[in-house]
Amino acid sequence: MTYIAKPKFHHPGLPKNELGFTHRDYEGKVSTLCAGCGHDSITASIIEACFELSIEPHRVAKISGIGCSSKTPDYFLGNSHGFNSVHGRMPSVLTGANLANRDLIYLGVSGDGDSASIGFGQFAHAIRRGVNMAYIVENNGVYGLTKGQFSATADRGSKSKRGVTNTDNAIDLVAIALQLGASFVARSFSGDKTQLVPLIEAAITHKGASFIDVISPCVAFNNHTGSTKSFDYVREHNDAVNRLDVITGRAPITVDYAPGTVQVVEQHDGTRLALRKLDADYDVHDRLAAMAFLQKHAAKGQVVTGLLYVDPEADDLHTHLNTVEQPLNTLEAKDLCPGSAALEKFNASLR
Amino acid sequence: MKPTDIAAPDYFHKVVDCQWACPAHTPVPEYIRLIAEGRYSDAYMINWKSNVFPGILGRTCDRPCEPACRRGRVEKDPVAICRLKRVAADYKDDVSHRMPKPAPKNGKRVALVGGGPASLAVARDLAPIGYHCVVFDQDPQAGGMMRTQIPKFRLPNAVIDEECNYILNLGIEFVGGTRIDSMKKLLSENFDAIFVGSGAPRGRELEIPGRKEAAKNIHIGIDWLSSVSFGHISQIGKRVIVLGGGNTAMDCCRTARRLGGESVKVIVRSGFEEMKASPWEKEDALHEDIPILNFMVPKAFTHDNGKLTGVTFEKVKAEYDAKGRRNLVPTGEADETVPCDDVLVAVGQENAFPWIERDNGIEFDKWDMPKVDPKTMASSNPKVFFGGDAAFGPKNIIWAVAHGHDAALSIHKMLSGEDIKERPLPEVTISSQKMGIHEWSYDNDISGDKRFRVPHREKVIALKDIKAEVELGFDPKLGFAEAQRCLNCDVQTVFASQLCIECDACVDICPMDCITFTENGEEADLRTRLQAPAKNLTQDLYVQDGLKTGRVMVKDEDVCLHCGLCAERCPTGAWDMQKYLIDMTNAGTPCQQPARSAA
Ligand SMILES: Cc1cc2nc3c(=O)[nH]c(=O)nc-3n(C[C@H](O)[C@H](O)[C@H](O)COP(=O)(O)OP(=O)(O)OC[C@H]3O[C@@H](n4cnc5c(N)ncnc54)[C@H](O)[C@@H]3O)c2cc1C
Ligand SMILES: Cc1ncc(C[n+]2csc(CCOP(=O)(O)OP(=O)(O)O)c2C)c(N)n1
Ligand code: SF4
Ligand code: SF4
Ligand code: SF4
Ligand SMILES: [Mg+2]
Repeated sequence: MTYIAKPKFHHPGLPKNELGFTHRDYEGKVSTLCAGCGHDSITASIIEACFELSIEPHRVAKISGIGCSSKTPDYFLGNSHGFNSVHGRMPSVLTGANLANRDLIYLGVSGDGDSASIGFGQFAHAIRRGVNMAYIVENNGVYGLTKGQFSATADRGSKSKRGVTNTDNAIDLVAIALQLGASFVARSFSGDKTQLVPLIEAAITHKGASFIDVISPCVAFNNHTGSTKSFDYVREHNDAVNRLDVITGRAPITVDYAPGTVQVVEQHDGTRLALRKLDADYDVHDRLAAMAFLQKHAAKGQVVTGLLYVDPEADDLHTHLNTVEQPLNTLEAKDLCPGSAALEKFNASLR
Repeated sequence: MKPTDIAAPDYFHKVVDCQWACPAHTPVPEYIRLIAEGRYSDAYMINWKSNVFPGILGRTCDRPCEPACRRGRVEKDPVAICRLKRVAADYKDDVSHRMPKPAPKNGKRVALVGGGPASLAVARDLAPIGYHCVVFDQDPQAGGMMRTQIPKFRLPNAVIDEECNYILNLGIEFVGGTRIDSMKKLLSENFDAIFVGSGAPRGRELEIPGRKEAAKNIHIGIDWLSSVSFGHISQIGKRVIVLGGGNTAMDCCRTARRLGGESVKVIVRSGFEEMKASPWEKEDALHEDIPILNFMVPKAFTHDNGKLTGVTFEKVKAEYDAKGRRNLVPTGEADETVPCDDVLVAVGQENAFPWIERDNGIEFDKWDMPKVDPKTMASSNPKVFFGGDAAFGPKNIIWAVAHGHDAALSIHKMLSGEDIKERPLPEVTISSQKMGIHEWSYDNDISGDKRFRVPHREKVIALKDIKAEVELGFDPKLGFAEAQRCLNCDVQTVFASQLCIECDACVDICPMDCITFTENGEEADLRTRLQAPAKNLTQDLYVQDGLKTGRVMVKDEDVCLHCGLCAERCPTGAWDMQKYLIDMTNAGTPCQQPARSAA
């Protein structure tokens, strides 16, 4: 929480994107979260990703539930559409909005409590339906807003700030998302923007259900020894399988990797994902292997991060339902009421 | 890069751009905060200690601080530092009781030649610690060119009197109307030290055809201005040409407008942009309907029967050679003769030391200037020191004051048997500004206001009275608003690696993208890898190592707003906002304990 408004002045040498905006133009209000909260870094990463992609802010809808994490849409993209829904209900509000207007970019922002506890069912259904969205969980292993109770993602055996050991098994949202058919799945860490920003860009440009689990330390209630979601623990146990660069438009791939170490994945909209493998055996197109890999490493106490699975040919819910192309609010009476001849024809087909 | 040593007093001093640029190193942000608080007398005393003539400088300073001011890199215009100084002087209470008292004499006698700002600054520093200072001036009153050259419509006598008297009242012997004609003789009078603050009194001549024939109506600018000051001259012809493009030319033309000059023109050899006069001086001249014609080189004075009729000019243009040096070459156009009744020649100023014999152990260089050490102000005669315009040619008041401080310190050290080459470090008072989680003892909210203009007296009225001050100064309300534009650059961002958990909160909040955590590297390489490119090489990178990830924290000082948001968002207090109040060490302690700081 900060009392003064963030000054409007910006660095005179800030780069501008294709729209002539600097990254400062993608900010929202000043954060009211605790100083040092990991969620603020995710906010900064979303700002950076939207800046890099030259997204027009009014083409974005940011939708969230309840929690410190779900408050963050107020702190980025101040000129975008937003809906702060009830606890755990972000996925259905997002699904509805998406069905009504497929032209917007949907950012679903949630917490581990919001998505793995009260909203677990909602989370599951939005993923399995293949809603075209970037679903970001800011995962701190606790209910931050209600003062640090263990959430469903807290690891068994990890300790609360007051020293109580968690005896419940943890839900790994990444594993669930893979199992439910998400076509883009990643995990990252709020303290590693070089990894996180391109993942958010890729998730936004991906068509279909994209899910990113971002481990985001709660400095107030879950950043102590004994926690598995603290800055120190994640830094020590982070096992990144790859590094990503997102290349939009026709720009050549100029990232200077050693030959043979880069895999290029081309997505529906033409963006290319240049993946530098850190783990030679890891295949981002193999859903089953990914699930096994995750389990194996989790058992060793490692936190696997990076782009874990992508299906660049995926479809989304609109394709499955064969819905109209246009946003519903642009449909005219003549589209909705094609006349009695058409009705006759339709009735005839049912006889 | 190596971790920055912030214990070196220069490191944070440089961050306070204005104070670093001020020759006397006035603690600018400290006095600006006091003005914002309405503590004008305290603000005045801080200035008085550093620059000796706050009221005078608040009207006339060349303000090297302003082009340096960080605000000018963040938006269009710097803080109006100079005119804020005047606010302190204008609205202070009676401060005479806060001045040092005449001290019991220590038995050492110092002679000061000339009663200008340089000598007065020396006397101001030495008298309160017991030196018997004898100031000789050929003029009846003290003040030097501040009194004789600077027109009264820019600097009223009352201000000069007040500030000269604060010094003369320290128990100084002022010997007016006495010209020193021989250094040899002065040396024989057994003074313990001699300070030469005799200025650069000679106006440069313009030897072109017609100069002698039309001499009656051709005047040397600085002599003419002092004659105006002394009341010997009170009128001039209707059509006046001022030759030259420096501040003297600007004073000449504006004075001429007030003494009957109806059509006054400034004509310069160079281009308008390269003129030596400060931009604000040019602006004021233009505002008084004085055209400035450029790229015209005077070739001859035309005259008829011993009466000046005009000046003939060759038209030139600027051409740049391979080395980027400018040459003025004729355009080939016909020469132009501009008719006029009087000409004021303001083409430069020179030193002259006819009264210093060349066999006194004071060495002179090939330009016939004394050899002076720029740090100690000592000449090659260990007893004789120089300062002000006499030392290195014409400069300005604030440099004269800075020289005065340095020379006084040297004299004090020499007469205390110390090595004058060893200069003391400044006194640095460090105080954390933290009051609560989001509370600081300075106002960290950043004002978005543009620079405020100083109100001027209405032109018709101003032009009628040569003594009517043109600038009216900020009133307290405007002064407050302008003071709020200051970024408090002396409240430093101080980083403690051992507390940092690398959560990026400071990086994310910083409005200016100053902070980066990254792998270490050479400076040139680091500068390209920061949140925002650090292209201003005059501004330092603040580097600290000792982080858990092995990275370094790099802060580009260039455009930091000192808003304290980094410290406010830091969960562990790794960032703190600490005021570094830097006080130059002068000879002795010239005033009572400095006013309690704003903190
Ligand atoms: C027209 C004009 C306008 C200016 N405007 C500004 C301005 O706006 N702001 C600014 O900062 N600067 C200005 N300056 C420059 C400034 O006045 C000088 O740089 C400054 O006064 C130098 O101080 P000083 O103490 O070295 O010498 P001076 O002020 O020149 O004082 C020297 C004194 O020594 C006396 N003297 C000289 N020789 C002898 C001798 N042999 N015996 C006894 N007495 C002697 C002189 O009479 C004089 O009083 C201006 C200069 C001119 C000419
Ligand atoms: C229906 C309902 N049940 C319970 C709550 C209380 N509540 C508010 S936030 C929260 C948990 C939020 O946890 P998470 O999504 O992890 O967010 P964090 O604050 O950790 O970022 C709970 C249980 C509520 N607001 N609404
Ligand atoms: S309670 Fe935790 S999650 Fe919430 S703002 Fe504070 S640090 Fe962030
Ligand atoms: S903003 Fe204030 S402290 Fe900073 S350089 Fe300008 S006047 Fe000095
Ligand atoms: S004080 Fe801190 S947050 Fe403010 S501009 Fe400077 S570095 Fe950035
Ligand atoms: Mg949580």
